[in-house]
Amino acid sequence: MSRTLGGVRWIDPERGIDQVVDVEVDHDGPRPRNTPSTDGGGERWLIPALIDLAARTREPGATHKADIASEARAAWANGIEAFALPPDTEPGIESTAVVELILERAARAGGARVLPIAALTAGRGEAALSEMAALTQAGCIAVGQFGRSLGNSAVLRRALQYAATLDLTVILQPLDPWLAEDACAHDGRIAARLGLPGIPESAETLALARDLMLIEETGVRAHIARLSCARSVDMIAAAKARGLPITCDVAMHQLFLSEHDLIGFDPNAHVLPPLRRPEDREALRAGVRYGVIDAICSDHSPHDRDAKLAPFPLTEAGISGLDTFLGLGLTLVHDGVLDLARWLECCALTPARILGYRRQGWLLLDPHADWAVVPERFHSRGRNTPFAGWRLPGAILERFPAAGPAPRPLHRSPPAGDAEDGRRPAPGATPGAGAQ
Amino acid sequence: MASLQFDAQGRLKHLLDIDGLSRAQLIELLDLAEVMHLRALRPNRKLPLLRGRTVCNLFFEPSTRTRTTFELAASRLSADVVNLDVGRSSTTKGESLLDTLATLEAMHCDLFVVRHFASGAAHFVAQHARPEVRVLNAGDGRHAHPTQALLDMYTIRRCKGTDFGALVVAIVGDLLHSRVARSDLLALRLLGVGELRLIGPKTLIPPSFEDYARIHTDLVQGLADADVVIALRLQRERMRGSFLPSEREYFRHFGLTEARLARAKPDCIVMHPGPMNRGVEIDSAVADGPRSVIVDQVRHGLAVRMAVMAAVLGAAPAQGEVP
Repeated sequence: MSRTLGGVRWIDPERGIDQVVDVEVDHDGPRPRNTPSTDGGGERWLIPALIDLAARTREPGATHKADIASEARAAWANGIEAFALPPDTEPGIESTAVVELILERAARAGGARVLPIAALTAGRGEAALSEMAALTQAGCIAVGQFGRSLGNSAVLRRALQYAATLDLTVILQPLDPWLAEDACAHDGRIAARLGLPGIPESAETLALARDLMLIEETGVRAHIARLSCARSVDMIAAAKARGLPITCDVAMHQLFLSEHDLIGFDPNAHVLPPLRRPEDREALRAGVRYGVIDAICSDHSPHDRDAKLAPFPLTEAGISGLDTFLGLGLTLVHDGVLDLARWLECCALTPARILGYRRQGWLLLDPHADWAVVPERFHSRGRNTPFAGWRLPGAILERFPAAGPAPRPLHRSPPAGDAEDGRRPAPGATPGAGAQ
Repeated sequence: MASLQFDAQGRLKHLLDIDGLSRAQLIELLDLAEVMHLRALRPNRKLPLLRGRTVCNLFFEPSTRTRTTFELAASRLSADVVNLDVGRSSTTKGESLLDTLATLEAMHCDLFVVRHFASGAAHFVAQHARPEVRVLNAGDGRHAHPTQALLDMYTIRRCKGTDFGALVVAIVGDLLHSRVARSDLLALRLLGVGELRLIGPKTLIPPSFEDYARIHTDLVQGLADADVVIALRLQRERMRGSFLPSEREYFRHFGLTEARLARAKPDCIVMHPGPMNRGVEIDSAVADGPRSVIVDQVRHGLAVRMAVMAAVLGAAPAQGEVP
């Protein structure tokens, strides 16, 4: 059984396609015809499904906050076909048993593909490396260090050397553990006024400088996660200019909020890295726009109610980001911050390349639908959002494949920057499919 | 944040922070404190303003002096007083803070006086308390201590008159960790202080306080021609956190001594929120000397807290009417 959707704007920046066509839908998914449509003006968009570089399931360890099934389904409901799972579960992603548990539960749940990231060190400590080979063989898509950076540079250097030996992608979130100790807000005007212990910009830039030096020295393939300030954007730009093959990302909320959102002590604005100055937010937006920053992630961190029900410094950091990921991204497009192709590169194509994940999903979107953010209606179990009451654009009319992306072996395809990468055939919508 | 402190008619509902108060509101509270102060000097000291009301002192951080003045202020206004010293260890989680609140609400407390070790705690309580309940911030983390600021302003006004524009005020010490300093500098700015200086080592002054005042790292320079000097308490844990090498070295550079105060105006007053570390931030000769108004501050604290309690519970006497 096939049906035809007339006059759909088909957008695939990977192949430079942006045209209004008729789309045939069968059991393999949407097949755009490569002849211009005469039917309608492209009010509906057919776009690649999104890929998220960081979303937490809280399982194993904190299933009172969320679980693999809830978040995998929530992700796909929100147009995200796959997300990388940081290793900050409990226990962490540092044994094959945990990897198997995650993949098995994710497969059973359906919804988005869950791509576990292995911890860089055992016990997320500084005593020993994790068994990176075994962990990637079990299904981890990369190795990484999140939250606070390793303090011991010698351990980090060896971890990077070892990962390079295995040709693994390393994801590092730069945050000096001592400069960020016991603190919860950007060390600036607002924190000074509110009496909140501050995390200085140098907590990020110091760790980033060290990480960049060690990446260069070890030659490892690396991705820098969650930039929060203008200075970091400059440092990444300089590193890229001298030829370091790195990629980096920013959390979606960093492009919309700033330290000023802490006035009133809203615990939903408590995030790590902290929200910094409005100038930093503008620099991050420019970084995304001009390609210094390669990707945007949700940094989804679902919490239970109690985790945010306390005076600000005593609350847990993080935003439940899956349900606003598409709407905020589309807001950047509608507001002229990013063009449509750049948004899709940052939220779908490049993340897939960084993770070596082969995309397969497509979304049929009404880009102009307007809705209010109501946390109680979130698909995610995490209701912690500072965006409640915001009006966001975009409604997903259909997802292809409807049941969620099919499980496939996770084997690394060529990494980001590889010339062949952009030519990978997309399932269900090969160029010129209608003519074949 | 500001709107949380006021009801729909713009009347003071909670006192959480100096931020958000207008100059007129601040002066009104100081005037009311003066009424209470005069009244407290009379033989029959009790006022019936809060008869039948219950005030709960909810302290999540050890304090004897502040709690005692709040307790005394409430009983001078004829309120019933409940004291709850929760301590820090039993409540590291927010749920228990809300549980405590719910328990006390069930006992029909009308006013919570809250002291907590976390910045923003008083706002949190005000946000989650039942609408008829009032909240007074008795100090939240590093954030605010509005009644201390009011009593400091009251003390300055009594000693130096109402023209704050003519005054040079210096605050000396650990500004980074001080809720007193944050509230004082907002209040001083609101009252149009002539010149405000912040003095201390760079480890203990947030650079952005330049928005509010001139920052000095040299004590003698900072004290030159000062009319008012407010010394802040230096806590022992600052040495462990590597903010400072030692108490001795701190005293050598930032301790208030008679010799250093020689550069200040001859009639300069010296204030301290207490409790003092003699020989650390202040020399005994200064603390007990003629410039010191530290004991007056405590006395004024009582009047100020009576005034604020009456104001937020809508029981303040009408203007000009001394009960």
